[in-house]
This record gives sequence, structure tokens and C-alpha cells, in this order.
Amino acid sequence: MMNKISIKDLNLYYGNGANHALHGINLDIPARQVTALIGPSGCGKSTLLRCLNRMNDLIEGVKIDGLVTLDEQDIYQNVDVASLRIKVGMVFQKANPFPMSIYDNIAYGLRAQGVTDKKTLNEVVERSLRSAALWDEVKDRLKSPAFGLSGGQQQRLCIARTIAMEPDVILMDEPTSALDPIATKKIEDLIQTLKQKYTIVIVTHSMQQARRISDRTAFFLMGDLVEHNNTNILFSTPADDRTRGYVNGDFG
Amino acid sequence: MQSASIDTTAVPATGTILPQSGRRRDWKEQFFKILFLLAAIIGVLSLAVIAYFIFQESLPAFAEAGVSGIVTGTEWLPPALYGILPMIVASLASTIGAVAIGVPVALLTAIFIAEVAPKWLANIIRPAVELLAGIPSVVYGFFGLIIIVPMIQEWFNVPAGNTVLAGMLVLAVMILPTVIAVSETSLRAVPKTYKEGSLALGASPMFTIFKLLVPAARSGILTGVILGIARALGETMAIIMVMGNAPAMPGSILEPARTLTANIALEMSYASGVHASALYATGIVLLVFIMMLNGTLLYLNREKAK
Amino acid sequence: MSYTLTRARKIQDTAAKALIWLGASLTVGFLLWILWYILSNGLAHVNWEFVSSDYTSIGEASGIWPMIVSTIYMVLASIGVAAPIGIMTAIYLTEYAKPGSKLVKVIRFCTESLAGIPSIIFGLFGLTFFVGVLGLGFSVLSGALTLSILILPVIIRTTEEALMAVPQSYREGSYGLGAPKIYTITRLILPSAMPGIVTSIVLSIGRIIGESAPVFLTAGMVARIPESLMDSGRTLTVHLYKLTQELYTIHEWNQAYATATVLIVVVLVINTITKLIASRFNKATY
Repeated sequence: MMNKISIKDLNLYYGNGANHALHGINLDIPARQVTALIGPSGCGKSTLLRCLNRMNDLIEGVKIDGLVTLDEQDIYQNVDVASLRIKVGMVFQKANPFPMSIYDNIAYGLRAQGVTDKKTLNEVVERSLRSAALWDEVKDRLKSPAFGLSGGQQQRLCIARTIAMEPDVILMDEPTSALDPIATKKIEDLIQTLKQKYTIVIVTHSMQQARRISDRTAFFLMGDLVEHNNTNILFSTPADDRTRGYVNGDFG
Repeated sequence: MQSASIDTTAVPATGTILPQSGRRRDWKEQFFKILFLLAAIIGVLSLAVIAYFIFQESLPAFAEAGVSGIVTGTEWLPPALYGILPMIVASLASTIGAVAIGVPVALLTAIFIAEVAPKWLANIIRPAVELLAGIPSVVYGFFGLIIIVPMIQEWFNVPAGNTVLAGMLVLAVMILPTVIAVSETSLRAVPKTYKEGSLALGASPMFTIFKLLVPAARSGILTGVILGIARALGETMAIIMVMGNAPAMPGSILEPARTLTANIALEMSYASGVHASALYATGIVLLVFIMMLNGTLLYLNREKAK
Repeated sequence: MSYTLTRARKIQDTAAKALIWLGASLTVGFLLWILWYILSNGLAHVNWEFVSSDYTSIGEASGIWPMIVSTIYMVLASIGVAAPIGIMTAIYLTEYAKPGSKLVKVIRFCTESLAGIPSIIFGLFGLTFFVGVLGLGFSVLSGALTLSILILPVIIRTTEEALMAVPQSYREGSYGLGAPKIYTITRLILPSAMPGIVTSIVLSIGRIIGESAPVFLTAGMVARIPESLMDSGRTLTVHLYKLTQELYTIHEWNQAYATATVLIVVVLVINTITKLIASRFNKATY
């Protein structure tokens, strides 16, 4: 099995070293599988996710040491951050469509790279919306504002927007935490389809969700990666007591 | 451990400490409530009295010269002719020029402070902009008079540098702080998630600023521009000091001209009769422009509320 | 196919960034140019004699003492009128009125409209009403009454913001103890909002000192120490304006530079005071 992303001895500090948030994380993320990061809030799972496309660069006073590689290449050395973020797309906890039309939302990332050709844009918009299972719902109103969509549709729009960039990896930071069960189901189904083409890393607060959709699961606690394994094994026969306590609902 | 007990003798029986003075207290409450209300009415009253007097005093001029005689008349020759079209043109021209020069600079500065500058630098520039806002307009006028006016005279080889162009340049600097402050605030009010989403798609910070953040802050920036326009239209002293004040229709921006505000300030202290009334009429025309701007602002705010 | 930054895109980015730096540099550049030009020419001529001497237009004395006194009178009188009215209005709006009631809307609309009126219109009105109708003549009082209407919206708005920033829990706590409303306002809410109220007054002082058109239309231009509020007076800004109309000798130029320097120093002092209040206030709250 090929590893898409590999994390070695990763330490992260907030506030110029004052707060040690991730402790020596080692984790391999296999290609074209869904890897779920779980753990109680504040355990560092979202922080780790944001290391993978260098979104932590935006926060002042963050210091990182260790190694993160994408396709064997160190993403913190000699890498254009913009190109990295195109390869490693991200979907956020709360759907964040831009204040523009559905069409322009999808075309935004391409236009940012200087793509102006109408035909290319039209094609990519349609293909991305189809891949995100949103095309049939919005094809008649591509020019209307994205804010008119329901919460679940907005989140699928954000997934389509990410797919438009043809990434290798899609990071998802609790993508369904603000959605109702029906909308959540649609996104989960979508994730199952997407994993045939993309490597997916998802942070989730719901253990049921991790069980339903992920191939591998990693459990975090207070900045430590406690245990990671095949999802079924991790939930049925956890090796660590703390993992057992968490999946049994003793805390969290 | 001692059992918790309350020394009941220390607690006074109810109704022994507080004086029974409910009625006097009500009276006092009522008095202050009415006092505060009366104070609040003074602002309303002031506006009403101002509107009444300006309007009332302008009537004789409108009666004698007619609304069109004043608004479209091109000759200002009191006590015979009271045409203020040249002043309207001068006011609009100097304001449009100031906006054309000042707004781009202001917007770029606002973007710099809100998005580009390192924190320490932004913390230096922000007070600098506040200082720019605090400098009295006569000081701007003085600066314009000794620097900008001679410069124009030399560069464009005109007989006198006191021109519409000088007015535009001075006003452009004077509207900077207003436009910068309001634009910066609205840029900061754009949700952080937009910026995150854009950067996560691999868009560059510059693309994010110009294609996402600025459009998202559009209505706030427009508000700043309108406030800047109002400041430029209403400015008096700096304009008097640099624009030459000739009451004739300016043929180009390299000729002197007199704005609506300058017309009032220059002649009010000695005018009487219909002449004075015509200056109130000038004030009414200025107010109409200001009201149009305020109307636009109200409309913008309603749009934003949607 | 994968999209990466094209060369053209990168050049555009660099150009955009350069443009932003240029815009900011222009703004700061203008400020520094104005400050440098006036201070470098004026500071040398600001001394005790200049500040403390009388002034006559024929040149026997060329100080600014009467203008300083007139300006101080103008500030005290305007604030004396506008501050109580403005603060009481803000108290009414935040503590008494029902939010969204018709009366509140009318009061808000009127104060906002007042804030938008160009200052020359206030001058025009002051000249008619205070100087003429009320018969106060060209006097510090006419000027101060005119300016007090002009600064009223600033005081109301800033005070309102300060009052609204007082935590609702304070009010609940006080009313919960059965404290009367006026007691709660004067003993609890006003003291908590004091830094904001002081800031609004300092800002208004800056505005009064900076105004000129409505001042000379109502207070006149007589360059001598006003004997009473009913006497005419010339403020510093009006003085600078008068000086610029007669710039013939080097001596007159120097006076103008020195007067402009004094005005800029005053603005610097006022801005520093507001900053100090703001930073102390923030420290106290957080």
C-alpha cells in the first residue's frame, strides 16, 4: 500500500513556543482511502489536519518541527504554498461559500490561477458539481448567489469548489458538524464515492461517522497520537486503554 | 467541625433600615427622566430651527431671481444677477477630482493596514492616519497655498496657481483619513472564513484581496467614499485658500473657481438684503447635494441589512 | 491536468503588492511632507514671546496670546453647552427610551443629519440666529453656541457607544438590589463609561480648535483678548487664515508657519491624550 502523506516526529507549538499542541506525531496516510482523525475537542486533530496544507502558516506565532511529506516530498521545504494547497484541498467545518454566484464559487480557484477560457471554466464547473452530486439541484440557477443554497448544499458546493482544482488529497474538518442527518448522509455517501479518486483525511467529532466512512482511524488525546489502525480493529479491539475508554464513551 | 449556624441577632428585622420614601423617589425619577428627554429633544429642535432659518432666509432670493435663475444662472453679479451654476460646477469638479485621486490611494492604504502590513507597521500607520484627520483645514489650506499653488503655477506655466486643480489635490489629501478609516473597518469585518477558503484553494493573497475581500467589503467601502465626497463638498477654508475664488465659470481645471461653500464664507459677513438671501440659497443647493448623499447612504445601509 | 501558479499570475501578484505599498507610502508621505514642511519652518519661531505676546495687524506686536485665550474660551463655552446636553441625550437613548420606538428613530435621524451638515451651514445659521435674531452679536458666545450644535452629534454618538459598552449585568445587578434608576445611572453606569465620555469630549475639543469657517462668521475676527463671552474673539485657526491673506514680509511668513506649528502640536497632544485614555481603558477592562 502506497502512502500519500507521511508525518514523522511532528511537533507543533502555538504562541511562539508557549503551548506545545502536538507531541511527536508519526502517522502514514495511505492513498485513496479515508483516514479519520478522532478524539475529544482540543486534542489536536484539527491542528494536525491544518499542518497538511500549511493553513497553520496563517496563525501568528506557530512553530513546527518534524517532517511532513506528500508523495515523498517535504511540504515545508522548497514548496510553493499555493501549489501545495491546490494539491491538498480543504473543506471547512462550517460551509464557507464566497459571496458570489454558484458558478463563480466553483470557477474562483481556477480564475485565481489565471484561467479565463470560458469553455474550460464551463466544463470544470459542470464536472465538479456532478462529482459533488450537486449538479442536478443547481444546474438551472448557476448564476444565483451561493447563499441561497441550504446548509448541506453549501457544504457540497465547497467540496465541488475543492474538486475543481483537481487535488490529490481532500482534507475535511468536521464537514458535517453543522448539518442535519439527511444532509450528513448525502455528504457521507459522497465521501465514499470520492475516495475512489482522492485521498481523504477527515476530522470528525462523531465516532459513528468515523466507523461508517473511514478505512483507517487515528485517535488523539491532549496532543498525542494514542493509536492508529484499521478502523474496524481500532473500534473493536483497541490496543490502548485510553482508546477503549473513548470509543466506549467513557469520556469526550 | 462546628455546625454552621446563623447569628440571627445580626440580621435586622425587615423594614427597619430602609426609609419609606417611595413617593419622593418616584418624583425624583420622573424629574430626571423628563430632564434627559428634554436634552434629547434639543438635537431635534436644532435641526428644525436650522432648516427653518436657512429655508426662510433663502426665499427672497428665489422669489426675485427664480429657482432656475439661481441654479442655472451663470453670472454672479450682486445685486443684479445671482447665478450660482459656476459655483455648482466648481464644487462638483473639485470633489470629483479629489475622489478620483484620493479614493484609490485611500483604498490601497486601507488594504495595506488591514491585510498586508506587519502588525507593528499597521500600528504606526493607523495613528498617522488619525493625525491626518485631526489637522485643521486651514493648515491644509496653508500648505496648499505655499506648496501646491506655486508648484502648479510652475509646472503648467499658468499666471496663477490658485486653480481648480489645486483644490482637487488639497481635497484629495483631506478625504484620505475618512475613506481609509471606513474602508479598513469594513475590510476587517469580512468573515475570516472567506480568506481561509480562498487560500485553501491555492489562490494567492493578492487575488484573495482584490477578487474576494474588496468585493465583499464593497458596501462599507462605498460608505467611506460617500463620506469622503461629503467632506470634500462641505470643505470651505482650505478651498478658499487655494482655488482663487473667481465667481466665473471655470473653463478648465487650470483656472480659478469658487465653490458653493466659498461663496457663502467670502460674502456672508458683508452681504445684506437679497444678496444675503442668495447666499442662503447657495446653502440650500449645497444641502440638496448633501441630502442626496445621505439618501444614498441610507439606501446602502438598507441593502447591507438585507 | 493540474493548475499551478503561472508566471503571468506571479507578476500580477507582485505588481498588486507593489501598488498597495505605493498607496500606503503616498498616504504616509503626504503626512510627513506636511508635518516636516510646517514644523521645520515654524518650530524656530515658536517661543515664549510668540506665545505670550499681544497682536496688532500693523506689526508692533506679533504674538498669539489673544488667539490662545479666545480659543480656550471657545472650547470651554462650547463644551460647557454641548457636553451636558449630549451626555443627557445619550443617557436617554440608552437607558430610558424603548429601542426602536418612533421617538428614538426621530432623535437618531436628526442627530445623524446634524452630523452630515457641512460646517459652513452652521456658520450661516449661527450668523442669522445667534448673532442676529437672538442679538448676541459677533461674540465668543455666538461662536460657542454654533459650535456646540456642530459637536453635539459627536458627543451623543461616542457617549452612547460608551454607555452601551457597560455590561448589561451591571444594570441587572443594581436593579436586582432595588437601586433606583437614577442612582444606578449616576453611581454605576456613568463611572464605568467615563473613559469613553472623556474621549468624546477630547475629540470634540479637537474639532472646535480645528473649525474656522463657522467661527469667523459668528465670533468675528477681532484679535484681542475678549473681555467677556459677549466680546468678539479670533481663534488660532481664524488667525492663521487671516495671516495667509497678508503674506508680504518674511516676518509675516514666519508668524504663519509658527501659528500652523502651534496648531499641529495641539492636534498631536489631543491625539495622544485620546490614545492614552483608550489604552488605559482597555487595560482596565480586560
